[in-house]
Amino acid sequence: MEHILSFLIFFPAVAAAFGFMISSKSIRSYAITITAIEFLVSLLLWSNFDMSNMRMQFVEQLPLIESFGISYYLGLDGFSLFLVIMTTFMTMMSLIGLTDTKNIKNMIASVLVLEMTMVGVFVSLDAIIFYVFWELSLVPMLYIIGAWGGPRKLYAAVKFFLYTFTGSLFLLLGMLYTAYLFHQATGQWSFSITDWHLLQMPFSTQLWIFAAMGIGFAVKVPMFPFHTWLPYAHGQAPTIGSVILAAILLKMGSYGFLRFSLPIFPDASVYFMIPIAIIALIMIVYTAMVAFAQKDIKQVIAYSSVSHMGVIILGTFALNAEGIGGSLYLAIAHGIVSGALFMLVGVIYDRRHTKMISEFGGLAKVMPMYATIFGIMMMSSVGLPLTISFVGEFLSLLGFYQVSPVMTAIAGTSIILGAIYMLNIYREAFFGVPNEKNSVLKDLNGRELTALVPLVAIVIWLGVYPKPVLGPIDTASKGLVNFMYHKAVAPETKATLVEVNTIQIKGAQ
Amino acid sequence: MEPIVFDIEALNLNTILPMLITLAGALLILILDLVKKQDKGLYVALSTLFIAADLYLVIAINEAGRGFFDVLLVDGIAVISQVIILVASLLFIPLALTGHRFKEFQFAEHFAFFLFMIAGFQFMVASDNLILIFIGLETASLALYALIAMHNRQKSLEAAIKYFTMGAFAAGFFAFGSLMFYGLTGSIELGTIKEVLEANGYENQLIILMGAVFMIVALGFKLSIVPFHSWTPDVYEGASAPLAGYMSIVPKIAGFVVAIRLFDALAASAEGTVVYTLLWISAVATMTIGNIIALVQDGVKRMLAYSSISHSGFVLTAIVIGGTQATSGLFIYWGLFLFTNLGAFAMLWISRHPSKQWDIRYNHPFTKFSGMIKHSPLAAIIMAIFMLSLAGIPPLALYWGKIYMIGAAINSDHLYLAIIMTLNSGIAIYYYLKLIVYMFLKDSVDNDGTVYFQNETIPLKLILGFAATVVVFSIFGVDPLITSVTSSIAASGF
Repeated sequence: MEHILSFLIFFPAVAAAFGFMISSKSIRSYAITITAIEFLVSLLLWSNFDMSNMRMQFVEQLPLIESFGISYYLGLDGFSLFLVIMTTFMTMMSLIGLTDTKNIKNMIASVLVLEMTMVGVFVSLDAIIFYVFWELSLVPMLYIIGAWGGPRKLYAAVKFFLYTFTGSLFLLLGMLYTAYLFHQATGQWSFSITDWHLLQMPFSTQLWIFAAMGIGFAVKVPMFPFHTWLPYAHGQAPTIGSVILAAILLKMGSYGFLRFSLPIFPDASVYFMIPIAIIALIMIVYTAMVAFAQKDIKQVIAYSSVSHMGVIILGTFALNAEGIGGSLYLAIAHGIVSGALFMLVGVIYDRRHTKMISEFGGLAKVMPMYATIFGIMMMSSVGLPLTISFVGEFLSLLGFYQVSPVMTAIAGTSIILGAIYMLNIYREAFFGVPNEKNSVLKDLNGRELTALVPLVAIVIWLGVYPKPVLGPIDTASKGLVNFMYHKAVAPETKATLVEVNTIQIKGAQ
Repeated sequence: MEPIVFDIEALNLNTILPMLITLAGALLILILDLVKKQDKGLYVALSTLFIAADLYLVIAINEAGRGFFDVLLVDGIAVISQVIILVASLLFIPLALTGHRFKEFQFAEHFAFFLFMIAGFQFMVASDNLILIFIGLETASLALYALIAMHNRQKSLEAAIKYFTMGAFAAGFFAFGSLMFYGLTGSIELGTIKEVLEANGYENQLIILMGAVFMIVALGFKLSIVPFHSWTPDVYEGASAPLAGYMSIVPKIAGFVVAIRLFDALAASAEGTVVYTLLWISAVATMTIGNIIALVQDGVKRMLAYSSISHSGFVLTAIVIGGTQATSGLFIYWGLFLFTNLGAFAMLWISRHPSKQWDIRYNHPFTKFSGMIKHSPLAAIIMAIFMLSLAGIPPLALYWGKIYMIGAAINSDHLYLAIIMTLNSGIAIYYYLKLIVYMFLKDSVDNDGTVYFQNETIPLKLILGFAATVVVFSIFGVDPLITSVTSSIAASGF
């Protein structure tokens, strides 16, 4: 288990290079094999993960640029464990469901390189290495959207790149400033996140750096008002691009808040709790309404992603164990459910080459299996009990209830609004007036079933019995809350943290 | 008249030895040409050998000291800048081995001029005597004007004349500036000027300021600082692509070294002084305006010209900030910029046809690279690597320079400067991305792909491969680079 994280990061990229030797006929099998190996190795992480340990595990550290304090530093805790597993799993599933054939070798190489950067982001514990993977993930995504996308692909790809690149520059600025403060405090250069966790900062400084880094994360999440790139990117991206974007790339933003903002700036996190919650509420309600107004199925799901990311952010900034744990669980749930929904849209797009709701009708009769799976995923997306999303959404809202019952009530409308726009699609497209053109459509084929049935199984399994995943997440969340309490410099921060937490914080009066 | 008696030891000939080697090489090439008309391969080989010997001597001698009647000053920044100049020259020379026949490389003078120019730049950086700096600057510049003109296109002549006129003005301003300092302190040695000024507590503000302004104008031309930048795109466009890349690196690092020495003497990094404010505004204006104009260019070469203006502004901040970290940052940035930018220009060179233009206006418009990924994926990927490095995408070379410079700005409490530098990276990404979008995402124009390899030869490909490798794996070289540069900078007291 020595270098398992390095293996996980670089295996797909190395495999991508070898991929160019294989003819396009077998390249898909090759890619699925590679990602399956990657997935199995990531499962090894789970089985070897010490659930009761709150510290970083599988740590690797190697000095890289010593004179500037940059090291190749990897590690895994309860937060990143399941994000890594979800990443490897969803990459594998999206490749199984891949139907594009144009330039497929380039496509697969891009996806494998993208997998490297995504795993890298989740396991890096050095801020600069984190940033390297964070930025590098833009390049393959730019290519995927721009080369295989819809009619306005160039606009969408460039907008995606410019928006997220500019946002993350602020993140870089915040990182450099934190390193400078660390240098001032200790006389040493270090970009190690665990070192930064020990750094005490005055309140006013925290606010600025929190804001700078927050912009970087907010663009990625994407939080209102920085969300405008997402519908374009989704609207134009090929199916596999949308799946990876919604399932994994967006989670980098919410993970950033957990990894950087909360533990390094506890006082600023408490200070910004309510403003961020208000932004989250706007995301939840406003984008849900926008989703209802869309005529394109894919756009509906894109906007619903923003809405659900709002719940995730709300849960994270409840700053208690339920909220933080719930938001991470919801992040994983959303990854699986939205990934599945985008794949389902891809299935119908492959058959009809349109995504307009008005073009469909009576699909339930022609494609019963498709309608069933779509129905299950849709219900999970809305937050039906006994599905995976319900657990996360419920815990997130429960967490925020301790902060403000009124705001939680508003956030709770996400379930109602979600039901409205989702059921609306379902009524129009799957029941409704049958459209002549749809009468000859074939139901799901073997490949599509292979890609979708495991997702359905997970949605139900983790909805009924969330404990295996929730356990480690819960341990990590409690650890984080405790850590924030002890690190906070302002007494008001400590008071707020005690107030919003139901669990006993060690050492608190 | 009394005879001048001096000991040969006191000359400290070691300090001048590297330059002498290059000059000897230049003369040898001229002599060989007189004897018999030679093949260009010979010139390339000889130039490479002499430059390599020069580089070896610079690194091997590497002892701080003065020499040659104390006009030469070899210190840390002199050594580092000479290494940058010589490495860039080593990469440049083999680019003459093109697939097509270009007239300038048939002349021995081309290579002789080139070696003279290198010696000029070396004198310029290894001295703190304003007169020797001036002589070095003019020697190098005159040779460079001729090199540009030798490309022998209509645009090249225009470029050479434009550069010459501008350069002549700049030389005048340099003389004026030196005059002011001489009048004020009675010395033309920057070290002495600094001592005298400090002893007087920087009185006679007005004259110091006039001197500083003249110098900013003079160096501003060489460094293409806004508003003295307007010649840059035209000259780069007229010059051959490798020479344009070379001009974006070597004359500038020489200019920066002079600027570092000069503005250190003027204590320009002391906040609140007029000189500080002037430099602050120049740096910000240069990086921002360069970036904004680059956004709307149609020709890749002009885009790269404006981008190099912006990069100049970016490192000019090092002089504004002052201090060891910023000054080392300047050299680290420029060392990494060398490989990236020379690589990018070499990519244009490899696709250059000697007589045919791509369209009426440009040799290398963006449209030429449409759909390049389909015809030559490897070349497109290498070009994309150079573009992403210029944009500062990690983990490519310039990213490390960028974070080191922004870090230096933050560490010296220049927060606004750091934010402006950051925002400029955000603007710059757009035009670098534009080329990538053309290469990877647009459909191919009607061509069979041979257009990208007009000039292809093994040496050219080797140079490109080498530059790309350095750019990609720079992460492993940054630590030794930072350590060695910082220690020599600190040793020379900046």
